Amino acid sequence: MTTTTRRKPLGLKQRYALLTRGLDWQTTYQPMDKVFPYDKFEGIKVHDWDAWEDPFRLTMDSYWKLQAEKERKLYAVIDSFSQNNGQLGISDARYINAVKLFIQGVTPLEYQAHRHFAHIARHLRGAGPRVSAQMQSLDELRHAQTQIHTISHYNKFFDGMHDFAHMHDRVWYLSVPKSFFDDAVTAGPFEFLTAISFSFEYVLTNLLFVPFMSGAAYNGDLATVTFGFSAQSDESRHMTLGLEIIKFLLEQDEANVPIIQRWIDKWFWRGYRLLSLVGMMMDYMLPKKIMSWQEAWEMYFEDQGGALFEDLARYGIRPPKHVEVAAKEKNRISHEVWAIFYNYTHAAAFHTWDIDDQHMDWLSSKYPETFDKYYRPRFLMWREMAKQGKRFFNNGLPQLCTTCQIPMGFTEPDDPTTICFRSSVYKGDRYHFCSDGCKDIFDHEPEKYVQSWLPVHQIFQGNCGGATVPDVLAWYHLNMGADNMPYEGSPEEREWKAWHGAPPLPQAAE
Amino acid sequence: MTRSVSITLQNTDDARAIVAAILADNPGAAATQFPSMTKIDCQQRLVVKRDSVAQRLGRDWDPQELQLSLITLSGNIDEDDDQFVLAWH
Repeated sequence: MTTTTRRKPLGLKQRYALLTRGLDWQTTYQPMDKVFPYDKFEGIKVHDWDAWEDPFRLTMDSYWKLQAEKERKLYAVIDSFSQNNGQLGISDARYINAVKLFIQGVTPLEYQAHRHFAHIARHLRGAGPRVSAQMQSLDELRHAQTQIHTISHYNKFFDGMHDFAHMHDRVWYLSVPKSFFDDAVTAGPFEFLTAISFSFEYVLTNLLFVPFMSGAAYNGDLATVTFGFSAQSDESRHMTLGLEIIKFLLEQDEANVPIIQRWIDKWFWRGYRLLSLVGMMMDYMLPKKIMSWQEAWEMYFEDQGGALFEDLARYGIRPPKHVEVAAKEKNRISHEVWAIFYNYTHAAAFHTWDIDDQHMDWLSSKYPETFDKYYRPRFLMWREMAKQGKRFFNNGLPQLCTTCQIPMGFTEPDDPTTICFRSSVYKGDRYHFCSDGCKDIFDHEPEKYVQSWLPVHQIFQGNCGGATVPDVLAWYHLNMGADNMPYEGSPEEREWKAWHGAPPLPQAAE
Repeated sequence: MTRSVSITLQNTDDARAIVAAILADNPGAAATQFPSMTKIDCQQRLVVKRDSVAQRLGRDWDPQELQLSLITLSGNIDEDDDQFVLAWH
């Protein structure tokens, strides 16, 4: 070997220490409290910011190198997918409705996350978590961009995706994800991190991305699986930030424990309610199925989350409040949410459809205690009504839960046949909730939630384009008769059949 | 109580070598196949060793490259130049 005296490269730990410890300073022109005005008002006490360390020990040079490699791989796939008319290879056109829900509901949240992690990256006093938040901010921007790039190909051939950002801000069911994130970004920095990095990314995000992306792979959606896994590789880093920041705060001061526990309780429930949309997607929108919502819940929440909360018990943290309600609901929420969307399919920017016998048999095998008893009879009745030309549409506007903003379609924890109603009176007005979890959240911060932008209230107040359903849908920028209404008879169904009846030439998509 | 740590990797060429290294270096690790991904569970602790993966890939491998194949994980992480460890306390 050579005997030149090249200096030995620095190890990972040394490089990370130089990045996060050597470059920071105490300000002198202005007091530190004025430079970092947001990291004390929530009551969280931090004594030693240097105790925080990213266990990946990722430095900027490695970050750029790894991210560039991920982008190269992803864009090679996106090019190849669109050049080769990848849309023709998906299992069925119904599958695309899951992608619509994703671009309308999730992609705008990635952009919001980009913005707010940039804010966090400026406003935490410790350099270590600032660097992690900065990387996450860039990751989230990348996620929003790659999702838009990838899904833009589907937008050429399918409906409901043409104005997703506009819809995200206006359409009734998209207020569910939007208000979830608005709630997080209007909280202080530590609540935001507990909400998004810990409760959502660490505890719950596997339920969104893993079955969704595996489902995309199984349904021939090469494009979505590729951006999904490209994003998910960043997600592992975000999850780690979530877990580390929680452990760090719990170790810094005992007084932080009850504050963090309350946030965990709140954000578990907020995230769990949001994911009921994913439950519907898994059980109803994937023509070829991976696992049921209940199975995913058991694997990713009950097993993995259970191990996590055992690990956190030594800090005095217990599993989130109302977790037992989630366990009781796991064999019904996906069915209840599908039923809500079937009711309002004339007002949604994706399709619903008759569940065929084979699909119903799969559902009863996955949900032996509930499906045949409560849901199959309802779906069969709807099928019969549709056959007689009386497809069921609910023409009233639903009552919404003030906290999660989902129509009040969930049932009592111990009785799947009775709708669960809760309410609270605040300053003379009565507010309604779908569950004890949502009511608890409101009761602790009523001043925040009385300001909720509830789509149904806004329609009745005349703030949504007019007094009739067509007026409101026009205000949503929804293409009537294409974006909405049942899959049966939709332009998408016609196109799909035409493509597969004729040789799959590119012109066939015109 | 089951206190499994867990790691999920993509079904790609590089990741196959990582999966093989994990299964060889962690007795008790069990792999489950899903469309396009492999989930590995192991009681309490799991290690990914640089040398072991490099040997299977036939080239040097930096534990940071794990991020190119990673989908999700569960457990506390500790990473340095030679290995990547996932553990519950």
